[in-house]
Amino acid sequence: MIKRLVALLLLVAIGTIFTALLAGYEADALLNLTARYYADHAASDIGAANIVTAIIVTYRGLDTLGEVTVLFLAATVVGLVLALGQRHEKAPRSLVPAGELLTTGTRFLAPLIMLLGAYVFANGHLTPGGGFQGGAIIASGTLLLLLADPLKHFSHALIATIESFAGIFYVAIGLLGLVLAGGFLDNRILPTGELGALFSAGAIPLIYSLVGLKVGAELSSMLANLSATEEL
Amino acid sequence: MSILLTAMTAVLCLAMIGAALLAISGKALPVAILAAGLVSLVASVLFLILAAPDVAMTEAAIGSGLTTFLFFFVLGRVRAGERSGDDND
Repeated sequence: MIKRLVALLLLVAIGTIFTALLAGYEADALLNLTARYYADHAASDIGAANIVTAIIVTYRGLDTLGEVTVLFLAATVVGLVLALGQRHEKAPRSLVPAGELLTTGTRFLAPLIMLLGAYVFANGHLTPGGGFQGGAIIASGTLLLLLADPLKHFSHALIATIESFAGIFYVAIGLLGLVLAGGFLDNRILPTGELGALFSAGAIPLIYSLVGLKVGAELSSMLANLSATEEL
Repeated sequence: MSILLTAMTAVLCLAMIGAALLAISGKALPVAILAAGLVSLVASVLFLILAAPDVAMTEAAIGSGLTTFLFFFVLGRVRAGERSGDDND
């Protein structure tokens, strides 16, 4: 009873605070100082039509490297925990085959989904989306393949190779920025080109493609690990 | 924001709250997982209305796609563990 009363009081207090915040909310008519700088300079300095990408990859590139590292650690820990918990008996698993609709649909859709993922990360500097979104879309293609055939074996060596090389080249491009341009992860090591063209915005398409491959490989390996160690 | 868009946003917000309540109070776990995925799906549409397509894409792919299936994978494993635990005891 006391517990419920405390919870109720807490809810009322939080509700009051949020109501006060909502009542006092006014949309800003002008961008604040940082946002205005980004909006004014992203197109001319970085050459990226998508300002969000310019911020994520260049101005806040170090944060993105940190996020990729966090995701890498998460994938590693998932693999480690699943490998430790795995029983050693390797009986061939027999499963109910997936339905006709899912199997045929997967054959048709999986390549298209993978292609969309590649499109999203290769065009990250022009259209909404980028490395993380494209990588997640690629991983959902992998998920579809796994759903259609849970016994499908993915080459972990290939996934690990893609993942490692993408990570190494990402950091290498960042270091090249120190030598050739203004600083770590500066995209102007390549010409910024014409605003809106596919090969523009310096190293951003390259960096985002590497991030996309890395994220896609990590999420796919997580799903493949989960599926492979599943006991049915 | 036009009236139509405002009305649509209101409907989506209500749907989101309803799905969230279903996810919390639903009896069957698979239904709760699907409802949680629905919350993310509606959230991604709301992000799109609020002119944040980058966030909407992430939310749709990770929030409603991968997370939902991750929950199903884990649910399957937990149930398998419960079954083998019953056999041993």
